[in-house]
Amino acid sequence: MSFHAFAQVMAVFALLVALAIPLGSYMNQVYLEEPATRRGWLGSFEGGLYRVAGVDPGEDMPWQRYAAAVLWFNLAGVLAVYGLQRVQGLLPLNPAGLGAVAPELAFNTAVSFATNTNWQAYGGETTLSHLTQMVALTTQNFASAATGMAVLVALLRGFTRREAAGIGNFWVDLTRSTLYVLVPLSVLVALLLASQGVVQTLAGSSAASMVSGLRVEGKEVTEQLIALGPAASQVAIKQLGTNGGGFFNVNSAHPLENPTPLSNLLQLLSIVLIPAALCFTFGERVGDRRQGWAVLAAMGAVLVPLALLEVTLEQAGNPALAGLGVDMTASELAPGGNMEGKELRFGVTGSALWAVLTTAASNGSVNAMHDSFTPLGGMIPMGLMQLGEIILGGVGSGLYGMLVYAILAVFLAGLMVGRTPEYLGKKIEAHEMKMASLVILLPSAAVLLGTAVASVTPAGTAPLGNPGAHGFSEILYAFSSAANNNGSAFGGLTASGVFYTVALGGCMLVGRYWVILPVLAIAGSLARKKKIPEGAGTLPTHTPLFVLLLVGTICLVGALTFLPALALGPIVEHLQLSAR
Amino acid sequence: MRTLLRPALALLALFSLGTGLLYPLLLTAVIGLMFPDQARGSLLTAGGRVVGSRLVGQPFEGPGYFHGRPSATSPYPYNAASSSGSNLGPSSAALLEAVKARVAALRAEHPEMGATPIPIDLVTTSGSGLDPHLSPAAAAYQIRRVARVRGRSVEQLRALVAQHTEGRLLGLWGEPRVNVLTLNLALDQLDGPRS
Repeated sequence: MSFHAFAQVMAVFALLVALAIPLGSYMNQVYLEEPATRRGWLGSFEGGLYRVAGVDPGEDMPWQRYAAAVLWFNLAGVLAVYGLQRVQGLLPLNPAGLGAVAPELAFNTAVSFATNTNWQAYGGETTLSHLTQMVALTTQNFASAATGMAVLVALLRGFTRREAAGIGNFWVDLTRSTLYVLVPLSVLVALLLASQGVVQTLAGSSAASMVSGLRVEGKEVTEQLIALGPAASQVAIKQLGTNGGGFFNVNSAHPLENPTPLSNLLQLLSIVLIPAALCFTFGERVGDRRQGWAVLAAMGAVLVPLALLEVTLEQAGNPALAGLGVDMTASELAPGGNMEGKELRFGVTGSALWAVLTTAASNGSVNAMHDSFTPLGGMIPMGLMQLGEIILGGVGSGLYGMLVYAILAVFLAGLMVGRTPEYLGKKIEAHEMKMASLVILLPSAAVLLGTAVASVTPAGTAPLGNPGAHGFSEILYAFSSAANNNGSAFGGLTASGVFYTVALGGCMLVGRYWVILPVLAIAGSLARKKKIPEGAGTLPTHTPLFVLLLVGTICLVGALTFLPALALGPIVEHLQLSAR
Repeated sequence: MRTLLRPALALLALFSLGTGLLYPLLLTAVIGLMFPDQARGSLLTAGGRVVGSRLVGQPFEGPGYFHGRPSATSPYPYNAASSSGSNLGPSSAALLEAVKARVAALRAEHPEMGATPIPIDLVTTSGSGLDPHLSPAAAAYQIRRVARVRGRSVEQLRALVAQHTEGRLLGLWGEPRVNVLTLNLALDQLDGPRS
């Protein structure tokens, strides 16, 4: 890897930590249990929202009620997105005159956006009206992100509360996440992106007379129709909320969605900012900043080496093209490497780093086509999703997933020395372990079973874009992405047919709600427990030893579950290519 | 249950109004005032007509122009109404054949370049199919051909390419790149359009 690429990657991580520390502290303030009236004019506005919605902000919900609130709110969201897509042809703000979306595609998209996945089986500029993009999708980008953050805050209360019946109020956590964190940050990022050239207009397109005409099948093409729309506002929240659903078909590879290296840097940081900052929120909330640092260090220990490896793999180029008389060396005059499916302004480094961050965080937006990455370069993003989206992960959802792994790690350590495991002053017992197992097992099962079924049925193999081992990788990538709520894709797979829309829709539901429910159950059971004082037998959870244990647990579970499947896809393809 | 249903529906309605309508519409208004040019697609005009966007590439096939990167959009390259990458995998035979054909075509078009290796970005499709840029190396590969067809000196064209080259952000992020559309527009301004 060139020194330049190395510096570029490390500078992004340094910037990330520098921005995440203050934001983490701020978010801890946001979730403090104090009445809205103490928060100035925005607090009065918050109080007004509760009155209109019939919410009693003082209510403390037991975990079952908190979970029911999550489910009702999300169900209402799914139905609203589905309905809007079906009637968009009759509604305004539809400059391209697009008709109703097919039922199975509308179901897939509704589930996709409510679960914070943003898997896109449709092409943005050719399927959805501006109204649908705004009212259905942008709303869910905020709502699903805020849902994830709320569930995390509820889990943190499980650790901090003693012998308490409730874990907080979902409506308050939801509203505060949106009002104090997501909206202000999105406005700021949208303005910065617009300054770089991300479009924001209600016009559908602009016609340009091309400088040099083109003959296509005997017909003269002289006009370029440039699709436009309100993109900047959606792009800001798609990154900050780890949603990932693009305005245009090719997402952040589109020059009007991500026009410059600066817009690329802003979006990269936005993808990982809140997930990283929440680690610091966690540390402050549990009264020991070192706990937050330890969790972030474990994430970094997986992430940074993989990012550097990914850049190296992509910079090495595609061995199949060597010997054709092409120059794949990186230099000051050319990006070199594997440039198929990558944009020149980002080059290999900016695209490879993005691929790692977007799959580490459960974002799923892309600035290059992952399907065209080298076999191992495509395996790393796949693997990051398969780890369960806990290396940074989705806003809220990444950290609650990581804390479940921390619980698993202290349990394993407890087994080794024969003591009852405890984490942050709470005893970890059978109930917590059962729930933690569900969190880890169910999404993995959905990935593997889904891939297995798709691989042996014509409905699963017909829509593949590439033959052989790479085709298998396309299937595995799709199910890994859906069941872990990432949303990125190997785009060669045509996912708009009935089989994939329904199967992947089901996986997205499992990956989201069958994680949220056990996590809330853990929160409820921890909140009821006494706080036990640290003793001589307590495993300290802020030390390098614990970080190592946590990373080891994550890698072990991930490798045991997914290595066999990976061996059939990217690993075989890599061996085939390098044997040529 | 009813005590949960009302807040769920009411908050969803408020979210839809606030984040679904007010947020994008107010931003459209503010951005339209602050960055009117960027908001509408950074359009370029020449002779009173919109000729394209500074940020969106266009197809150039004539020998008097610098050619951009191959594009995988359909039904024709650089279709800005329907962005798309090739999504061909690294081991795909279709990818191998396409690159071979592009190499052969470029060799035939640039006899003066002999067997000089061709920069990879000139024979691979971009992610969006709308990439407006080339690497400086890929532009340099074409300079002698354009100079020959246009009857210009190589030095003159080198200077012109340099004018349309942008560097990295703070020397760190992104890649050095040449904007093919503005470069070709400048060529046409110099000595009229070519086929």
